[in-house]
Amino acid sequence: MQSKVHVQTTINGEPREFLCEPRQSLLECLRDTLGLTGTKEGCNDGNCGACTVTMDGRVVTSCLVLGVEAAGAEVTTVEGIARGSALHPLQRAFLENAALQCGICTPGFLVAANALLEAEPDPDEQRIRLWLANNLCRCTGYDKIIRAVQQAAREMRGANA
Amino acid sequence: MKWFDYAAPGSLSEALGLLERNPGALLLAGGTDLLVQMRARRKQADLLIDVKKAPELNELSLDAGGLTLGASVPCYRVYGNRDVARAFPALAEVAGLIGGTQIQGRASIGGNLCNAAPSADAVPLLIALSARCRIAGPGGEREMAVEDFCVAPGRNALGAGEILVSLRIPAGGAGFGAHYLRFIPRNEMDIAVVGSGVSVRLEGGVVSAARVALAAVAPTPLFAREAGDSLVGKAPDAAAIEEAARLASAAARPISDMRGPAEYRRHLCGVLTRRALTAAVAAAQGGK
Repeated sequence: MQSKVHVQTTINGEPREFLCEPRQSLLECLRDTLGLTGTKEGCNDGNCGACTVTMDGRVVTSCLVLGVEAAGAEVTTVEGIARGSALHPLQRAFLENAALQCGICTPGFLVAANALLEAEPDPDEQRIRLWLANNLCRCTGYDKIIRAVQQAAREMRGANA
Repeated sequence: MKWFDYAAPGSLSEALGLLERNPGALLLAGGTDLLVQMRARRKQADLLIDVKKAPELNELSLDAGGLTLGASVPCYRVYGNRDVARAFPALAEVAGLIGGTQIQGRASIGGNLCNAAPSADAVPLLIALSARCRIAGPGGEREMAVEDFCVAPGRNALGAGEILVSLRIPAGGAGFGAHYLRFIPRNEMDIAVVGSGVSVRLEGGVVSAARVALAAVAPTPLFAREAGDSLVGKAPDAAAIEEAARLASAAARPISDMRGPAEYRRHLCGVLTRRALTAAVAAAQGGK
């Protein structure tokens, strides 16, 4: 019998539940079922990183996670990055450094960069580039994105000092 | 993707039971290969059995004899574990080479092996490290040398109802060094044009054992036994390493494709094997 699965999970700190087909990706569930359209679909095969979210603290491409696998997990999407109505330092730094043009890759970069800075407050440029190698930008090039991450890292270190 | 059902058994025995009752099932670990292949309709299943909840496949433990690496342990846990990274630095390094950060959050070394791609980065190193596969099935358990596990592009030696449970990698210890090198046109996130995984053991300044295995130069990851054997009994000097690299190159059976022509790949086998052996010898000497 083909029946949908009831999934209970935590998204951006809030308990959420949804019904999904086992074949649906977490990306589809987030966007189409839960209306969390901040997470973007790019390549849908794990290469571009536009759909990056964190699951239990690890960055993953949500196109390569099944929605049913989110059961019992803690998921953070780009919607969970801002601090209330205030932009996260990374979001502000992306704007100030013009680190985006079309913006499709941006949520993935923000989620991935945030995970890096939470684990390593002072990464060097090479570390940032390597960490973000699974995130592709086809408009801006990467220098502005790297500069934005470096600026946010400086600000976050200052705020925590 | 076509409809499939999903089950996440909490133990190996439960997973084996499900697999026996559902011959059309496939096993899901990190999914970074499988879900892509299913979406492209290269693979189909009535049921996906998620093996990540089975403790036997999630084990990552060191003991005096070596490392037990559960088949579904994601790459980040390998390089994120200080003790494992210290005992098996080459393995930790290769876990950080597969895909990017996001892929390493999900993909497992065991899955890289089961996917049986000729270019799989982890497999030449597993061969060099003399890893053995623990396989469970309806008839009980069996073991297999990792170099016998991949049988054709995308095909492994698992029979009906069988599951790769874990890999057992013997401790290296003093005088042992291993290294994996690949050539890709980018710095990361790419498929190896050629890869070379090697290990050496030194006793009294002489090589007592050495193994060389290659990626992307044959239908399966290739164990170049003669290349490693040629070093045994010799001092690990430039001439001995050059001869081993020449034998690795001679063992390769590359094809020409979009990633590189056969002659180029054969040349790369020699270059990468020479460099990997030089690094492994340095590691073995440093580990004294």
